[in-house]
Amino acid sequence: MTDQRPIHSAVLVKQVPDTHNITGEVMTKDGTMNRGALPAIFNPEDLNALEMALDIRERTGGTVTVITMGPPKAANILRDCLFRGADRVILLTDRRFAGADTLATSYVLQCAVQKAGPFDLVLCGRQAIDGDTAQVGPQTAEKLGIPQITYAETIIEITSTHVTAERALDSGSEIVRCTMPVLLTVVGSANTPRPASVRRQMERKLAAVPSEYTAIRAQWPEFESDEALDAYLTKRDLKIPVWTAEDIGATEGSIGLAGSPTQVHKVNFVVLESTESKTIAPTAEAIKAMIAELVHEYIVG
Amino acid sequence: MSEKQSIWVFIEHTDGVIADVSLELTGKARELGDQLGFEVVGLLCGHEVDALAQEVIAHGADRVLLADHEELALYRTLPYARVAIEEARKRKPEIFLIGGTPNGRDFAPRVASALRCGLTADCTDLQIGDYYVKKEDKTYKDLLFQIRPAFGGNLIATIVNPHTRPQMATVREGVMRKPAADAARVGVVEKIAPVFDPGDLVLQVLSRQVRKSTIKLKDAPVIVAGGAGIETADEFALLRELANLLGGEVGASRAAVDAGLIDRAHQVGQTGTTVRPRLYIAAGISGAIQHRAGMDQSSKIIAINTDPNAPMFQIAHYRIVGDVGEVLPLIIKTLRERSMDQREAE
Ligand SMILES: Cc1cc2nc3c(=O)[nH]c(=O)nc-3n(C[C@H](O)[C@H](O)[C@H](O)COP(=O)(O)OP(=O)(O)OC[C@H]3O[C@@H](n4cnc5c(N)ncnc54)[C@H](O)[C@@H]3O)c2cc1C
Repeated sequence: MTDQRPIHSAVLVKQVPDTHNITGEVMTKDGTMNRGALPAIFNPEDLNALEMALDIRERTGGTVTVITMGPPKAANILRDCLFRGADRVILLTDRRFAGADTLATSYVLQCAVQKAGPFDLVLCGRQAIDGDTAQVGPQTAEKLGIPQITYAETIIEITSTHVTAERALDSGSEIVRCTMPVLLTVVGSANTPRPASVRRQMERKLAAVPSEYTAIRAQWPEFESDEALDAYLTKRDLKIPVWTAEDIGATEGSIGLAGSPTQVHKVNFVVLESTESKTIAPTAEAIKAMIAELVHEYIVG
Repeated sequence: MSEKQSIWVFIEHTDGVIADVSLELTGKARELGDQLGFEVVGLLCGHEVDALAQEVIAHGADRVLLADHEELALYRTLPYARVAIEEARKRKPEIFLIGGTPNGRDFAPRVASALRCGLTADCTDLQIGDYYVKKEDKTYKDLLFQIRPAFGGNLIATIVNPHTRPQMATVREGVMRKPAADAARVGVVEKIAPVFDPGDLVLQVLSRQVRKSTIKLKDAPVIVAGGAGIETADEFALLRELANLLGGEVGASRAAVDAGLIDRAHQVGQTGTTVRPRLYIAAGISGAIQHRAGMDQSSKIIAINTDPNAPMFQIAHYRIVGDVGEVLPLIIKTLRERSMDQREAE
């Protein structure tokens, strides 16, 4: 083997409402969704990005840092990353980040990656299931001034200077070779994310952000004060760092709603206009009659 | 340099063939351009692709910006984005439309980020309208209304970018209708000579494997689509069987694709393909707005669902409350018997 230097990766992840779980219970009478009723989950393809980074670390040595922008409860997915083997996690949270479109989001991620780095690789899922836009990855790459490899499925080779990857496209596949640093967006077919390790879960279960201290102390009364808990976590490297706009040096006008060029002009409720419809019983005769009607109308040949 | 305000369309092509979605968007741009009095411009990057320029004009463009360069022979993010960013900075288009293909979705955000402008993904409609901003007490005239289902139920959002230009949007294949080509249409082909930084060329394509897509969802006269109500591969095979009997294609909801039952190329909806078949059979699909956006213009819709309150029933012409595992075989059997009767009659 040639002398492979360690590769340092940042993985950008998002906590999303579980859109697979939009069932009757979460719909209100007027047909809108009760978001609160939707469970918040780890965006599936971000787990594939994490897995790819962990796999690279196993091949080359190095570190995996996970960054998310979100509300304090997004600490849940960061803990999950620690259980799965990430070295370091960072939560970007600030009221002023709220209302960000993909452009403002990518700016915040750029600032955070630059502060936490340098990195050889930045990885993120192809897209998040609550928007399917696939925009944040490429926008972050542009802001970082680095190239991008979207739809990465396999890392074929990684050297001290270059990465060779296979991209999965609708119309086939492509093998590309690119200098590092580079940003990759990872598709769901790339790998099967490893589960959380029980050992790490035991070791790191207390990992927390300060806003969770009260809840932790309710469960673990042996910590007499927030300070005592803070000191305990800090000593064991279990305090999840929380960075605000100031911490990452983000400009006020470029974040959140103010930094978002897209604005929602209006949201309309869709009224379903009932079409003239026939109810067909699930029986052989009824279906036969329906087919005969469709044949008669030249819908079925 | 043209002084007229303009609407741009990113012209995507492979092996000398322009992607349908680019021509669909050229047609839409023509409509918007006529409404606004703007010039319609196709941005065509490639190598030895001069022959494609006239086709873009035939579908509605007034001008084609043709960037011909060896480094542009195959689509790559950075060289293509370089051309678009430089030209957009110089010429300041008002609107820039991009097809929601893998390459389009790689290209558009890169360009939007560099130009610091807004980008809306997967629009299901584009219109022109005015937008009043209360805080500024100002009305922005003739903005691009970027319309797409909103996350959160039966909601449609209208997105605008009042302050930044161009107003960028991606649209999936099939959403807009491709206009008929008019070979007699006249337009200008303007050649541009791109200049690249070494930094634009750091990515090499070592090999590319094109899998000829055998499915043409958009043109299928009949689509038999399955959703999360289909639980096994065996049940999914029934869809295929029925589609074959009807001379159609198999479609799917995002849930079925995510469950690994079928390839993503079969997904119908806002982030899949938009279809308008003669007959759409929705089997075990609830009818979420993102799915309906891609099929509600079908001539006839048959919905099969165990839940009598499924929204799909509200837009269906034939409502079958029942289990797909029972109903699909019944339909298949009926069609088989019919064709046997026909054969006997001959
Ligand atoms: C940004 C974004 C983009 C999206 N884009 C798309 C898109 O392009 N296309 C798309 O389809 N979705 C899309 N979605 C997802 C969409 O919101 C729905 O989640 C999805 O369409 C649901 O698929 P489904 O109807 O198959 O599953 P479900 O909603 O789970 O419905 C399954 C249905 O099957 C019925 N059923 C269960 N068992 C049976 C049985 N044995 N027999 C008969 N019926 C049965 C159930 O009653 C239910 O109605 C998008 C979502 C987001 C947030």
